[in-house]
Amino acid sequence: MTFPSDNDENSKSNGPAFLQLEKVGKKFGSHTVLDNVSLSLDRGQTMAIIGPSAAGKSVLLKCLAGIYPVDQGNILINGQDISEKQPADQGHWTDKIGMLFQQNALFDSLPIWQNVCFQLIENGTLKRKDARDKAVDLLGLVGLDPDSSKLRPSDLSGGMQKRVGIARAIANDPEILLLDNPTAGLDPVLSNHIENMIETIAKKRMTTVITVTNDMEIARNRYDYLTMMHEGRVYWSGSRNQVETAQNPHLTQMLSGSSQGPIAMRTQNRGQHLVA
Amino acid sequence: MSKTQNTPGGVRSKTVADYLNDENIRAIIYQIVAIGLVVLAGWYLVSNTLANLERQNISTGYGFLNLEASFGISESMIDYTPQSNYATALMVGFLNTVKVAFLGIILCTIIGTIFGVARLSSNWIVRKLATVYVETFRNIPVLLQLFFWYAIIPGAFPAARNAFQPLPDVLLTNRGMYIPVPVADNAYDFMGIAAIIAFIVIYFVKKWASKRLDATGQPFPIVWASLGIFFGLALLAYLVGGAPTAMDIPALKGFNIQGGYNISPEFMSVLIGLTIYTSTYVAEVVRSGIQAVPNGQWEAAESLGLKRSIALRKIILPQSMRVAIPPLTNQYLNLTKNSSLAVAVGYPDLVSISNTTMNQTGQAIEAISIYMAVYLGLSLITSLFMNWFNKKMALVER
Repeated sequence: MTFPSDNDENSKSNGPAFLQLEKVGKKFGSHTVLDNVSLSLDRGQTMAIIGPSAAGKSVLLKCLAGIYPVDQGNILINGQDISEKQPADQGHWTDKIGMLFQQNALFDSLPIWQNVCFQLIENGTLKRKDARDKAVDLLGLVGLDPDSSKLRPSDLSGGMQKRVGIARAIANDPEILLLDNPTAGLDPVLSNHIENMIETIAKKRMTTVITVTNDMEIARNRYDYLTMMHEGRVYWSGSRNQVETAQNPHLTQMLSGSSQGPIAMRTQNRGQHLVA
Repeated sequence: MSKTQNTPGGVRSKTVADYLNDENIRAIIYQIVAIGLVVLAGWYLVSNTLANLERQNISTGYGFLNLEASFGISESMIDYTPQSNYATALMVGFLNTVKVAFLGIILCTIIGTIFGVARLSSNWIVRKLATVYVETFRNIPVLLQLFFWYAIIPGAFPAARNAFQPLPDVLLTNRGMYIPVPVADNAYDFMGIAAIIAFIVIYFVKKWASKRLDATGQPFPIVWASLGIFFGLALLAYLVGGAPTAMDIPALKGFNIQGGYNISPEFMSVLIGLTIYTSTYVAEVVRSGIQAVPNGQWEAAESLGLKRSIALRKIILPQSMRVAIPPLTNQYLNLTKNSSLAVAVGYPDLVSISNTTMNQTGQAIEAISIYMAVYLGLSLITSLFMNWFNKKMALVER
C-alpha cells in the first residue's frame, strides 16, 4: 500500500494546505475544550482523530463545520479564514462541508429521502423528483434499499440511521467531509464497506476527510494521518507510517487500550468497593 | 364445563376456582360488576330526583323553553327582547360564551406564543420580563383577575359625555368601547358567500399545486395565490353588491352613546382576564415544545448551511408542534370552561343566563343539563379539531 499523503506532489507544491487549523482554541464558559490545536490537510487526504472521551474531538469537528465559532486561532480553508465569521455568514463554506453527527441528528420531521437531499432541494440544486432519485442512489451507496427512502428516521434501527447520516453528509459532494464515529454500532462487514466507500470518496473526488473514531484498527490502517487528542490538546499527529515508530506514551496507551499510562481515568478510586 | 370433562387424555376437569383464575373470565366479571354499579347509581339518582320533584309538585320537561323569558340581556349577537322565549335567551348565552371562548383561544395562542419564545430569548431583559409575566399571571386565581379587570376597565375611562377618543370615531367610555361598523347591506352577505367559495377554490388549488410539485418539482406560490383568490373574490362580491360605503358611527346623544358597535366592559374584562391567564400556560407549552427538540437538530441544519428561518419552519416547528399540541388542547378546553366564571362580572354567558332561567322557572335540572351538554359538546368539538390538527402536523410533508 502506498501512502499518498507522504509523497503526494500536490501537497508539497501548492504551498499552504487546503485545510489549515492554526492554534485553534475554544472555551465553553471557563472550561477549555480546545487548546492550541494546529492541523493541516490537503485535498484528498484523510485523517483519523482518536482520543479518550471528552477530548474535544466532536467539538473540533463542529468548529470546522462552522457550528461553533472558535475563540482563538484561525481555520483556513483554501487560504480563506472562516474562523471569525459567525456561522450564519459562512454561507458558501457550509455548502462545501458534509458532516455526520455522533448522534446522527436526522430530521425527524422529514422522510429519509428528504433528509438525504434536504440541502439540495432547499438551495434549488435539484427538483424534488430528481432529489428523490438521487437520494435512492445515495442510500444504495451506503447499503440501504430504495423502500427505506419513504420511511421516517424513527422507523430505522441505529445502524441504518447512521448510514442515512453518511448519505446526507456526502449528498452535496463536499470538499471536506467530517465524520463523527461513522462506523460505531455497525457490524464488521458493514463498517468495512463504509470505510472502503470513504476511501474511494477521498481518492476519487479528492475530498478531504476527517474522521473521529474509537476503532483503533480502522484509525491505524484506513487513514493517511492519525491525530491523538486529550483534554483539548493535540498530543500526537503524524502520518500512518510514523505511528509504528512513535515514542509517545499517550498514543501508545490509546492504541493499546491499556489502563496503565498517562491517560488516567478520573475516578479517584470512588466506587471501587462496588466491584471489589 | 362439559367440553373439558369429555376431553380424552386424562385432562383434569376444571373446577370453579380454575374459572375464577382465568384472566379472560375475570375481565368479563369485572366489566359486568362495573356496569352494574353504574346502572345502580344512575337508577338511584334518577328515581330519587323524580321522587323529590313529585313531592314538591314540580313538573319536569323542557316545555318551559317556549315560555316568555321576560328578562333583559345586556348584550346579544342575535335579536333578543324580554318578550323572546327562554330558548332564545339560552341561545344568546351560548353565543356569548362561544364568542368569548373563540376570541380568547385565538388571542391567548398569539400572546402565549410570543411570551413562550421570549422566555427563550438570548436577551436578558426580554427573558426576565417574560418570566415575570408568566409567573405573575399564572399564580393569581383567574377569578381574582376577572374582578381586577372589571374594577379597572369601567374605572379607568371617562363617562360617555367626556368620551376618550384614541382613534377617529372610536370612543372609550366607562360603558365600554364603541367602534364604527358598516351599515348592514346585501354586499356583506355576498362577501361572506365569496369567502366560503374562496376557501373551497384554495383547497383545490393547493391539492393541485402539491400534485404538480411531486410530479415536476416546480413549486407554486400557494400563499400568494391563496391571498389573491381570497381578497380578489371578496372584492368582487363587494363591487357586485354595489360597493356600499355607509358606516354606523358612534356619537353622543343625550347622556348615552348611540350607534356603532359596543364592546362592553364586562366582555372586555372576561376576554382580557381569560386571555392573559391562559396565555401564561400557552407560553409554557410553547417553551417546552421548542426545548423538546434536541439541539442537534439545529446543529445539523446549520451544518447543511440552511437558513435559520427554513430550519425553524421545516425542521424545528413540526417537531415542537407534535409535543405542544396535546397540552395546548387542554389549555383551550380550560379557557372554554373558565369562561363560565363570566357570571362573576355580569357578562351574560350561558351559565349566567341559565342561572336566571333556573331562578325564574325552577327548572334547575333541565337548565343544568342544557349547559352541561353545551360545555361537553364544545369541549368535544375542540378536542376533535385539535386531534385532527395534530395528526396533520405529525404527517407533515410525508
